Amino acid sequence: MTAGEALLEVTDLRVRLGGVDVVDGVSFALAAGERVGLIGESGSGKSLTALAVLGLLPPGARVTGSVRLHGAELIGGSDRELSRLRGRELAMIFQEPSTALNPLMRVGRQIAEPLRLHRGYSRQAAARAAVELAAAVGLPDPQRLVRSYPHELSGGQRQRVCIAAALACRPALLIADEPTTALDVTVQAEILALLGRLVAEAGTALLFITHDLAVVAAVTRRLAVLRHGRVVETGTTDDVLRAPADPYTRELLAAARLTQWDLPTVDAAAAPSERGPDVPSPASRAASRTGR
Amino acid sequence: MTAVGDRPGGGTSGGDTPGGDTPGAEPLFEATGLGRSYRLPRTSPFGPPGVRHAVRDVTLRLADGAALGIVGESGSGKSTLVRLLLGLDRPDAGTVRYRGRPVVPGRPRALRWFRREVQVVFQDPAGSLDPRMTVGAAIAEPLACLGVPGDHGERVDEVLRAVDLDPAVRGRYPHEFSGGQRQRIAIARALAPRPRVLVGDEPVSALDVSVRAQILDLLGQLAERHRLGLVLVSHDLGVVARLCDQIAVMRDGTLVEQGATDAVLSRPAHPYTQALLAAVPRLPPPHEVR
Repeated sequence: MTAGEALLEVTDLRVRLGGVDVVDGVSFALAAGERVGLIGESGSGKSLTALAVLGLLPPGARVTGSVRLHGAELIGGSDRELSRLRGRELAMIFQEPSTALNPLMRVGRQIAEPLRLHRGYSRQAAARAAVELAAAVGLPDPQRLVRSYPHELSGGQRQRVCIAAALACRPALLIADEPTTALDVTVQAEILALLGRLVAEAGTALLFITHDLAVVAAVTRRLAVLRHGRVVETGTTDDVLRAPADPYTRELLAAARLTQWDLPTVDAAAAPSERGPDVPSPASRAASRTGR
Repeated sequence: MTAVGDRPGGGTSGGDTPGGDTPGAEPLFEATGLGRSYRLPRTSPFGPPGVRHAVRDVTLRLADGAALGIVGESGSGKSTLVRLLLGLDRPDAGTVRYRGRPVVPGRPRALRWFRREVQVVFQDPAGSLDPRMTVGAAIAEPLACLGVPGDHGERVDEVLRAVDLDPAVRGRYPHEFSGGQRQRIAIARALAPRPRVLVGDEPVSALDVSVRAQILDLLGQLAERHRLGLVLVSHDLGVVARLCDQIAVMRDGTLVEQGATDAVLSRPAHPYTQALLAAVPRLPPPHEVR
């Protein structure tokens, strides 16, 4: 990818925390509307990379390198410039929707808050938009739901609220940090399908951060594998997951496949995600079983 | 509710006798008609208090040396079911029997015979190991509590080796270890009294993918080597499919489907099992043929 067409360009990003380079020279780029996955285990630096892009690193973190959005440098930018971008051009959803939401504010107000802040919506216009946005993310009975508080919703519904708020201003880039890790598997499938559909409709680029290789396969086209703060492998999701080049990626995939071999293929029509589930036949998994 | 083998929409169990037990052989666990409900806080001062049926009419059995996986999403009642099976909670209805003897919560001493035979590994090893206790002391603790005779020091070394840890770690403290190593220590502690059954409550859910694979393999090897019965509670179908020959799928407090893992997963009869299976995200197959 040439620099000219990049929406987000991260070059030689380093984050130093407590004397350690927890992000140690990470470079990657996203084009407009592109979906990229950042994969890694705990301590790989994937979340800190995301926080560095958003300018949300904890105090005491020293960051160097370059993060360019639409060609404009974000590293070293003032808080004011960054908060102008966050919510409008850059949005983020987190693992725990319950901690991301304000427990004392009705969810409708939280959904429409970016519109009030960045688009100058009136209170009434924001309230109307909140209902539309709640409906767009598949929340039931949106008229009534916008008046409820976060604790009255399920975990999946709360994550839908976060997604609605994040996409309210149609940002150029959505960063999703383990957005389905805290959810049940059936809810996860719904949220992944929803997220995929909404970013495609809005033309929003997606930076998807996860430890779960199968989840990344469902939503991204390209990915970067992080380990100890460095990118060990990049490529299209399909290439990396089907023919990993780096030994660490191979090890990670072998470990992830261990709990996949034993699951039989399901009827693709029954699967909520777009990608058909491709797993080996029962015969091959019987051969791969070591234990019982 | 149906007994193991009597799968709803039956006739599809693939000829496998679940658990491989011969008729007449005594099962390890036998739970019959188990129920447990909780009173919810009143929503109105006038109305009756609400009731939540955490577990409703659950019947299952675990044959000697078999591995049973209990799968369910959050709120399905799987943790309550495990507490009932372990005699940590008293059922409102039904009974739990272990090798024919009733498991009734009461004074710790009364269940000593049961605790020697059935040991538990929890999700979070950081929470289940006392940070002030050395690894050796933590592993020896259940032996002393359960009145196991013999040289506990020797047994500690044995179980540490069994979980692929150097016995020299005996004198160190839990915080000096990684999450995976701590889970190995927790498994060693569970193995120490030579149990017949190991119960794992989401034992690999807090671990990184690569560590998770190692711990799963270790559990499989240990179960095979020591002919341990295994009860594995997990939200992850893949984990259960890896280790268990029987599966019970739980939803809203009831078992919606149970039987041989291969049969249930290849031909799930209940719509919920089908949905659960369809929702598992899949990896694309590798290019090279294994």
